[in-house]
Amino acid sequence: MNPAFGSGWLTLLYKELLRFWKVSFQTILAPVLTALLYLLIFSHVLEAHVSVFEGRVRYTAFLIPGLVMMSVLQNAFANSSSSMIQSKITGNLIFVLLPPLSPLDMYAAYVLGAMVRGLVVGAGVLAVTLWFAPLSLEHPLWALAFALLGSAILGTLGLIAGIWADKFDQLAAFQNFLIMPLTFLSGVFYSIHTLPPFWQALSHFNPFFYMIDGFRYGFFGLSDIAPGVSLAVVAAACLALSGLTLVILQRGYKLRH
Amino acid sequence: MTPAVEILRVARRFGNVQALAGVDLVVGPGEFFGLLGPNGAGKTTLISILAGLTRADAGTARVLGHDVVDDYRNARRLLGVVPQELVFDPFFTVRETLEIQAGYFGLRNADDWIDELLHHLDLTSRAHSNMRALSGGMKRRVLVGQALVHKPPVIVLDEPTAGVDVELRQSLWAFIRKLNSDGHTIILTTHYLEEAEALCGRIAMLKAGRIVALDTKQNLLSSFAGLTVRLTADSLPEDWQSRILRRDDQSYVLSLSNYAELERLLATLRAHEIAVTELSLQEADLEQVFLRIMARAH
Repeated sequence: MNPAFGSGWLTLLYKELLRFWKVSFQTILAPVLTALLYLLIFSHVLEAHVSVFEGRVRYTAFLIPGLVMMSVLQNAFANSSSSMIQSKITGNLIFVLLPPLSPLDMYAAYVLGAMVRGLVVGAGVLAVTLWFAPLSLEHPLWALAFALLGSAILGTLGLIAGIWADKFDQLAAFQNFLIMPLTFLSGVFYSIHTLPPFWQALSHFNPFFYMIDGFRYGFFGLSDIAPGVSLAVVAAACLALSGLTLVILQRGYKLRH
Repeated sequence: MTPAVEILRVARRFGNVQALAGVDLVVGPGEFFGLLGPNGAGKTTLISILAGLTRADAGTARVLGHDVVDDYRNARRLLGVVPQELVFDPFFTVRETLEIQAGYFGLRNADDWIDELLHHLDLTSRAHSNMRALSGGMKRRVLVGQALVHKPPVIVLDEPTAGVDVELRQSLWAFIRKLNSDGHTIILTTHYLEEAEALCGRIAMLKAGRIVALDTKQNLLSSFAGLTVRLTADSLPEDWQSRILRRDDQSYVLSLSNYAELERLLATLRAHEIAVTELSLQEADLEQVFLRIMARAH
């Protein structure tokens, strides 16, 4: 490598961060407000009717880590997917394709940028919802591990979706027909033990379930399945999707003709 | 000496269209090289392959000896491309756009050079304006700045003056000329053939994915077009009738290959004692050469 030049991936990461920071009302404050509204409505309606973890945890407290993780996941996806498709459609992706950035450089910058946005929004949701129920943090490292892996997975999925989609409509379909159902049916609002056996079994095929359940374990020390299993599933999914994305970037699929 | 750009047997097909059909091209360091051709000739595809935006089906392309696929990092560092499309990132200011582009190339502390670029491109007063607030011509200048921000020795300008007003065009070309005189290799595609004629030392003409002419500008002008002569005389000897382009009253407009042929014509007229009362010459321009070459190429 020419010693006069360093690697450009840090600048791409900086650009990704600056991009969402410049519109932080839309990218940070709005999702925090949405999560707060979910908490207010669901806790008001269900607090007295739903028992979770055999009554050892209040429903509102149970809901908070779920909403935090849902916000992390949705915003990580939104960041990388919107950045990529906007750049493709407006044509300014050429400024990223002309420099000597490797597939790994691009992957690292887009996914880390998505993770930062997801985690910032998640921290914001946690900060504004903490006041509604006493919340312990029994295993912070477990919570952190799931937050990092979950945001990385959704950041990676967002990158794949942004590369694959040729128009905003296709990206919206990816988001509304895949990401949204998987998130809402992952146990954000309920424990899967409250579901009939068939739906309980089906939930185990939803990778988002392991992210939410594992993250919640970090708060309560309680989970629907063993956190080690969840971590293994989430880590394997992260590795597989990362590998797929690197292949896509290496081949230049829909980016380099 | 290592060529600035070396393209060997490069081919590229898009569906049923053969965009490039085995193009060979070598551009020397320090050249101001013109790449001309009608729409769809393959110019942008060739540039895209050089820049790593498009992959060739066959052949190789190198920038200062570095293969654009196998050694893409070094090849891209040595190349600056001004794209044809007027694209920009609406999130950033002019200065941020240039700083970010420098950073993509791993350049740190490029502030002084960015200041100089802003000055040369007459953008200093708009450095902190959002890209959306700029006129088309200003956005075009930022594109030029982005291509130059890592000080590449080889610069490709793909239709850089499309939609740019005359004043700006002149200042842009003065800046590009300076870069060329400082040793930068310039490759230019343009539809303004008078620009290519004024700036380029050598010119390649593409048609349907093939190079149909490649020579110095001077050779192209003399070999393909020669002179157009208008003379007023009573008559014209039989031998020269085939050279008449048009005739009005006693004026003849003839097409000649070069000045030697003009001398022969005048000698013939003297030998036939035909008096020439008026004579004017017009050298062929690149546009005429271009049209003739395109017309005869299959």
